[in-house]
Amino acid sequence: MTWTVTRLNWRLPVIAAALCLLASVAAVAQQEGAADRETALQALVTWMPFILQGFVLNLVMSVLAMAIATVTGVILGFMQISPSAVIRLPAKLVTHVFRNSPWLVILFAIMFLVPFRVTLPGGETVMIPDWVKATVGFALPVMANVSEILRGAVMSIPSGQWESADSLAFSRGQTLRHVILPQCIRRMLPPWMNWYALLTLMTPMAAILGVNEALGNTQAAMEAAGSRPEFLIPFYLFLMTIFFVFIYPISLWTRRLERRYAASGA
Amino acid sequence: MLDLIAPFFERLYETTGLNFSPFYDSYDWGRLLEGMWVSVKLISAIIALSLVIGVLGAAAQTSKLRPLRWIVAAYIEIFRNTPPIVQLLFFYFGLGAITPQVDMGGWYEPMIGSFGWAVIAIGIFGGSYNVEIFRSGVEAVPHTTVEAAESLGFSNLKIFIYVTLPLAFRVCLPALTNNIISLAKTSSLAYVIAVPEITYSLSGIWSDNVNVPEMMVLLFVYYILLVAVIARAMTLLERKLALPGYGR
Repeated sequence: MTWTVTRLNWRLPVIAAALCLLASVAAVAQQEGAADRETALQALVTWMPFILQGFVLNLVMSVLAMAIATVTGVILGFMQISPSAVIRLPAKLVTHVFRNSPWLVILFAIMFLVPFRVTLPGGETVMIPDWVKATVGFALPVMANVSEILRGAVMSIPSGQWESADSLAFSRGQTLRHVILPQCIRRMLPPWMNWYALLTLMTPMAAILGVNEALGNTQAAMEAAGSRPEFLIPFYLFLMTIFFVFIYPISLWTRRLERRYAASGA
Repeated sequence: MLDLIAPFFERLYETTGLNFSPFYDSYDWGRLLEGMWVSVKLISAIIALSLVIGVLGAAAQTSKLRPLRWIVAAYIEIFRNTPPIVQLLFFYFGLGAITPQVDMGGWYEPMIGSFGWAVIAIGIFGGSYNVEIFRSGVEAVPHTTVEAAESLGFSNLKIFIYVTLPLAFRVCLPALTNNIISLAKTSSLAYVIAVPEITYSLSGIWSDNVNVPEMMVLLFVYYILLVAVIARAMTLLERKLALPGYGR
């Protein structure tokens, strides 16, 4: 039964529109009297650019964090499949710790334990902005999972291929580069994209620590507009809509890739 | 218990400066225990709710009513593709503001507190994953088995409860374990709406005693142990439920 996959293409606009409509209906429905005051819908329209501007920071954080996570995760993954226990065991420990702790705890750890400014060897001090620290905090759990994805992909290659490469006098590095990894990349791509989507969904947590991204800006906008209770539902629904519009195509694409690779038997 | 370990941790603090205050200060010890207890309660409630939603959703997806299947599909897509923290805030602040208040004899309290909303929001979020997991399990049940049950005169509901579900549950246990573990970790999000679970109570301790690194270590250890316990329990369950002829 693949109908959820095949027929999903037109659902994005429908669901997004439904969410938006819900937001505006909620906004209109909660206007009781008070004709002179700004309606929730008007307030939402006024503050929309501000919220979207915050969302740009979410995107920047997610892309940067994913880049960091991919590079460090791949290195960590290679360490995990190393034949030497001195390299393998620490890598396994790091992967284990960051895979099994909540995002929020890792974020707290980075925010509180990394100093807000560092002194360079030259003697000048550099301030580290909060959003950069948050980016690192988001990168760590993804790093551990990328490392695990790489390890899993390498493990999923039949050991006969290692042996054949051995018998062709390939070195370990050559086998990895020319035989194993080209096959791994295909397998790694869908879960990697899944993790990007998940990472983006986690970036609003930075608002807890005072980063001015979409969630922080939404809360600030609601306060600036008079923090009336009827703002809450439309504003949060709008925020969910932005994320949905960005993430949903990615998850559709991921599913399509997954299906294609599963079908080709890779 | 505290009397036993307190001298050691007090000396540790005096000699090395490592301040594990919950292990010698009875007030912080109480906060730690309370936080762990609330966290365990929260996680259990979230998992229970998400499992119920998962089963109901998977049942609804096998239904012949198209609108019902539609609603479930939309639910899954919305909750899997929006940030869980915004969902939580939406439920707690947005819906919490319009739920009725209960008269507590002089003051009014919302009918559903922050603990309740955390369970509802994170449970619904986790449920959206469970529906898909159970659905894949239901699809893995051989069609012939269902037909055999039909020919024995089972109704559709009875087939689902007595034939499909027990088999599907076993098929999807590994995926379910993953989701339950990720839900246990997500439960720390309840910090945002001030549910006094472990992250929240330890953050109280570290702001009183300025011992962030030590409390961070404690938090990491807590969650890693918790995940290990859940994973172990699920492996045991998997082994206990294993059917001859199914799986490996």
